[in-house]
Amino acid sequence: MPYTAKIKVTLRQSILDVQGKAVEHALKNLGYHTVASARIGKYIEVTINEEELVEAERICNDISQKLLSNPVMENYSFDLEKVN
Amino acid sequence: MSEITVGVVVFPGSNCDHDTEYAVASFNGVRPVMLWHNDHDLQGAQAIILPGGFSYGDYLRAGSIARFSPIMKEVIEFARKGFPVLGICNGFQVLLESGLLEGALSRNRDKKFLCCQTTIRPVNCSTIFTTQYKESDVLSIPIAHGEGNYFAPPEVLESLEEHEQVVFRYTDSLGQVTDEANPNGSLHNIAGIVNRTGNVLGLMPHPERASEKLLGSLDGRPLFESLYSHIASL
Repeated sequence: MPYTAKIKVTLRQSILDVQGKAVEHALKNLGYHTVASARIGKYIEVTINEEELVEAERICNDISQKLLSNPVMENYSFDLEKVN
Repeated sequence: MSEITVGVVVFPGSNCDHDTEYAVASFNGVRPVMLWHNDHDLQGAQAIILPGGFSYGDYLRAGSIARFSPIMKEVIEFARKGFPVLGICNGFQVLLESGLLEGALSRNRDKKFLCCQTTIRPVNCSTIFTTQYKESDVLSIPIAHGEGNYFAPPEVLESLEEHEQVVFRYTDSLGQVTDEANPNGSLHNIAGIVNRTGNVLGLMPHPERASEKLLGSLDGRPLFESLYSHIASL
């Protein structure tokens, strides 16, 4: 049974997120004064044809480090769900 | 002097490949060869240029997919052997993604895509790309990018400075490194860096767009002249 990997890639806190800043300002302009900040990341869904959870996790880490994120300026996290 | 062959890599989405080819060919005794991203043959090139543009539509991150193009395997090997590799704009982004250079380029701090003339200074004129410049030169060279904000962790930045790997910095018209003269928020006003061995240069400004009088500046030409005189001396 394959797994669906739900991978999130976000800019590290030390990196200025100009898109997030623009959205934050827009939300404040809409009157949401309690909005303190907004940061934008990427959400990537990958289907992995693996039976073993451990192997699916290994592939997720591998592809996240190699291609999906740039470790110099981004962090990643993921959830794995079994597809029925 | 025998003819010098320079390879210009063409990725899907490159859009400065022909400008670069034109600039390369404007020197006597230099022949450009276009290298398709799916090929593996560098066709005897003595230097490789990764041109500007939007390889793979900048999907995911600028340069991140181009870095895995088939030809990049050969380019990386070529660079590791010590041969010259120059990355301009998107080419710089590809070099960073491929690990041939250190750091990363994020969105310009003012959110804008910048397409304008900038002034930069060559701050290390002993690299194979800059011998024909003087450190007092203030160059007028255009930029055109949305993600040119150079970032590196403090220890990498320190190491780059210590080993004089910063080659170009954004300056004002007097050559002063100021925050106002920094178009995109790059740390230390960095516009271009080399690797430790000095054979791989990446820069955001476009020297090929400043290589003909009609274009308003000839300040990019010495970069190519430096490279060719290095190759000719081998």
